[in-house]
Amino acid sequence: MNDALDVALRLLVVFVVFLTFPLIVGQAEHKVMAHMQGRLGPMYAGGFHGWAQLVADGVKFAQKENVVPAEADRRVFQLAPAVALLPYLLVLLVIPVGPGEGAVGQSVGAGIFFVLAVMGVGVLGSLMAGWASANKYSLLGGLRTAAQLLSYELPMLLAAASVAMAAGTVSLTGILDAFEWWWLPWQIVGALVFFVAGLAELQRPPFDMPVADSEIIFGAYTEYTGLRFALFLLAEYAGIVVLCGLTTVLFLGGWHGPWGADGLGWVWTLLKAALLAFVVIWLRVTYPRLREDQLQKLSWTVLVPLALAQIALTGVVKVVIS
Amino acid sequence: MTLAAAAAPAAHATTTAATQTHGFLSPTGVEIAFLLVGLVTLGAALVTVTTRQLVHAALWLVVALGGLAVEYLLLTAEFIAWVQVLIYVGSVVVLLLFGLMLTRAPIGRSPDTDSGNRWAALTVALAAAAALVWVVADAFRTTWVDLDGAPSGSTEVTGQALFQNWVLPFEALSVLLLAALVGAIVLSRKAKAEAAPPAVPGARNGRGPAEEGAR
Repeated sequence: MNDALDVALRLLVVFVVFLTFPLIVGQAEHKVMAHMQGRLGPMYAGGFHGWAQLVADGVKFAQKENVVPAEADRRVFQLAPAVALLPYLLVLLVIPVGPGEGAVGQSVGAGIFFVLAVMGVGVLGSLMAGWASANKYSLLGGLRTAAQLLSYELPMLLAAASVAMAAGTVSLTGILDAFEWWWLPWQIVGALVFFVAGLAELQRPPFDMPVADSEIIFGAYTEYTGLRFALFLLAEYAGIVVLCGLTTVLFLGGWHGPWGADGLGWVWTLLKAALLAFVVIWLRVTYPRLREDQLQKLSWTVLVPLALAQIALTGVVKVVIS
Repeated sequence: MTLAAAAAPAAHATTTAATQTHGFLSPTGVEIAFLLVGLVTLGAALVTVTTRQLVHAALWLVVALGGLAVEYLLLTAEFIAWVQVLIYVGSVVVLLLFGLMLTRAPIGRSPDTDSGNRWAALTVALAAAAALVWVVADAFRTTWVDLDGAPSGSTEVTGQALFQNWVLPFEALSVLLLAALVGAIVLSRKAKAEAAPPAVPGARNGRGPAEEGAR
């Protein structure tokens, strides 16, 4: 009975995190972007600096009509948002926020492979949406999504493999247990590659060619309205939370900090992840969209060689110190 | 497939051959789950080859491959299961969908893509399935995976089996993959050279990823 309660509690906590953190990131994006552009952003909803803006947005989305285009493939069209969203929930389940068994939803032996595999599944949702909409802009968006995923999955995997080599384990908790502070400079190239490739996988600016709103009108999501569209947006922000959490765990030491690792480890994790989320927003405001050929070029001529070099460096250092 | 094939001996090594304690008439929960997931996988696979909608076939393939991953998981081969999802669902199906969308992917039925070889294909498929079932059943007849003991398909066990007992096949396969990679690059460059108009400055912007990878 106690075990069942424990499991239920963990699932509940993960679910609440899954529902609230993306909204917090979204609200932060509203405000940070506004201030970077010399605006105030939302100020009215909820009273204090527009904190309830996204809640109001959610209510708005729920009230809208759910339209399925007449020519669309109904079932695939309706299923796509769930396929896009659920993988991120599963990934959140295995990200450790603090030391010990108590601070992770469910410890998975081959954690790195689990998160990368499941995150790859999420992209299927965009592909399904792009195809099932029966709209040429959506199809283009789907195509670009697939091309982007295929080219950025490799550097992401290679960068993650480098950390796994360094730690000698593929378990996320195991990697954190083995972490030392000097891994930070040692794995910094891998961290950059992982973060950039992750951004590209999430289709965040400057890698938002697949959704490019000014040319293919939000790509795969053109035909979506109401709650289903909101689910896609939620998937994007949940993706940011997951990516920042993963980068923190793999490369920035997660709950390790200069002090207070015992009781306040989770604060370090959240702090680092929040900082990365800020960088994600910052990049969106700063950089123009990369063209499709520039996207492919960046992946194959910069990120893949860098990731391979990082793996070589990891191997050499590992052999030298052992 | 190769990884799965390599994992099987690992499982073999750490399992007990206690046939007396296992009967087919009193299945455990895991065995029932294994059977049900197997049925779902089989059904999805059948729909994949019989549906007349191209993209639906690719999506049912996701269900079939995912079901296979769950089967690996039920046999405690955790690493293989995630690699199955990563490679097949995450990459192969995405590549399939990419190819379909790039060429033709109509909503609804596409009767003109039906093949006249269906009976030959069915024969080959049945023969291959029969051979595989026979070989596997014959090889692992009395072997049972001990689900309560140490996991026999964890990353560590798989890695040790792969790099201690099966290094030669592993290396041979990597050479094969390297050859395929080189072949892809050669083909794409050849096509490029034949199709390329007389050199125009700035006309080489749209290079393919395979070619980019060669540099």
